[in-house]
Amino acid sequence: MKKDNLQTTQTKKKGKEDFVFDLVIYLLAAAFCIFCLYPFAIILGSSFETETNFALHGFPVIPKDFTTKAYKMVLGDSQIFKAYGVTIFTTVAGTLLSMFLTITMAYPLSLKKVKYRNIITFFVYFTMLFGGGLVPTYLLISKTLNMKNNLIVLILPVAFIAWNMFLMRNFFAGLPGELAESAYIDGANDLQILVKIILPVSVPGIATISLFYALNYWNQWFNAMLYIEKQDLVPLQYLLMRMLRTVDAMKEMARSTGIAVGDIPQNSLRMATTVVAIGPVVFLYPFAQKYFTSGLTVGAIKG
Amino acid sequence: MKKLKEVFSELWKNRVLYLMMVPTIVWVAVFCYVPMYGVLIAFKDFSYKKGIWGSPFVGLKNFEFLFRYKGVGRIFFNTIFLNILFITATTLLSIFFAIVFSEIAGRVYSRIVQTIAIFPHFVSWTVVAMFMHGLIGGSGSITTALVNHFGSSPNFYAEPAWWPLVLTILRIWQGVGYGTIVYVAVITGLDREIYEAAKVDGAGRLQIILKITLPQLKVTAIMLTLMSIGKIFNGDFGMIYAIVGENTNLLPTTDVIDTFVYRALRQLNNLGMSTATSLFQSVIGLILVFATNALTKKVEPDAAIF
Repeated sequence: MKKDNLQTTQTKKKGKEDFVFDLVIYLLAAAFCIFCLYPFAIILGSSFETETNFALHGFPVIPKDFTTKAYKMVLGDSQIFKAYGVTIFTTVAGTLLSMFLTITMAYPLSLKKVKYRNIITFFVYFTMLFGGGLVPTYLLISKTLNMKNNLIVLILPVAFIAWNMFLMRNFFAGLPGELAESAYIDGANDLQILVKIILPVSVPGIATISLFYALNYWNQWFNAMLYIEKQDLVPLQYLLMRMLRTVDAMKEMARSTGIAVGDIPQNSLRMATTVVAIGPVVFLYPFAQKYFTSGLTVGAIKG
Repeated sequence: MKKLKEVFSELWKNRVLYLMMVPTIVWVAVFCYVPMYGVLIAFKDFSYKKGIWGSPFVGLKNFEFLFRYKGVGRIFFNTIFLNILFITATTLLSIFFAIVFSEIAGRVYSRIVQTIAIFPHFVSWTVVAMFMHGLIGGSGSITTALVNHFGSSPNFYAEPAWWPLVLTILRIWQGVGYGTIVYVAVITGLDREIYEAAKVDGAGRLQIILKITLPQLKVTAIMLTLMSIGKIFNGDFGMIYAIVGENTNLLPTTDVIDTFVYRALRQLNNLGMSTATSLFQSVIGLILVFATNALTKKVEPDAAIF
């Protein structure tokens, strides 16, 4: 009887300790999430704020005087649609090209029967350790290959990422060897085996790597900054950057929507453009997240 | 002669596989190896007219010019100092939040929290630059709040002293959620029996974390840190240039090797010095990778890259 009592007080004490511990854990996690989301709340809230309020009250999470003026300007001008077109085109075409280059390299390198795979692996791996640097690359692309002001410059020079190829190779190497074996006996060649047998069972791996590439294309601005001068070929991210640095892009928007240059709602316009630019990523991300996570944890540490 | 025959017979036997690799091999040759030839510019007085080969050799003049350049020490210091701040902050906080996340009992809450925490990693630095303007710019929400509460606020975009802190916080924002992924995976993979045994022995949850979980994360933490140290001489151009841009006020604390290389090309138009800087960086980087790899081998032979 006495012993029983002791035990219940002990579990009670434990229960209370546990509760406090859980509370701290849940609050810490919630605090970190707020820290992660607050900037997005600022972007969204400010995009609906009336311009005159910024100087006095700062960038709000909840706008004081709600207006959609900035969105009317962004969506009333063709610039954002052109930039969207450029970004979507480079992302789709680029990801397809990247996956072609990655798979055709990763699959042979994953097979032990390819005798010279080590030399070729080193040939690719070395580029992760040493590179020519900015100037030689710049000269190659702008002078030798003459790719300036051409959409190709947003795709081809960034089409292959060695790290992704090694992830893909590890994925292929992890597949059971018997898969290809039986097809061999039936007289299929390596290309047929890759297309008909290996690729269908590699969908998770392909999805992960495709997402890595797609995100890279979606977020790129560096090559646009170096090689694109034509307005029509500017991708979304670089449009954002130019809007932050200069008022040129915004003046263009004002002109085509019939707003006087002096009346440009600079701050809300910048934020509205940002919202439009990250919208698709926000919506697609929850579905894609599990692929990112698995891609990182499955054999990611070893190259 | 016999060897050549062997090579050809291997190539012929697996011709489909070797042919498959040709497009990517060509890509790597053109976009990675051709620029390597371009490092010759580091030893030349380059002019567009004469090209890389035709420009006259000047020995180590470009390097001399680089090391005499005013503020070059500052640039090397910034690169390493900022990286040390980033590595320390993100490693410690990634481990901390990995433990927090894995202690959450509710599965739905746990998933939502992790999904939110990882999200910033997928947003480009140009978007970050935008909201930084909304947070600490002239009428940013933080700036305004400081003015309202304390009567004044630092002018962030004109005072370089704040920027190591600002950039570190941004790195935490962007990288910690992503950094937890690996540690959470390690924690979920740990042997449950040890935990049960510890619980039976009456260990509290905090005790279990400190005595069982943390020690098991040590190897992963050391490995990942060594890998980052291998890249400590590489500045984060994407982040710094997108946010700081060409704001000369902030150069004293934010100018790193990579932004300097870019400026040397675009503003100073000194291609020789720019290339010399890249080459110097690459060589030091190569040495660091080999050194950290050797260290990794000692800690965890399986984790070494080569």
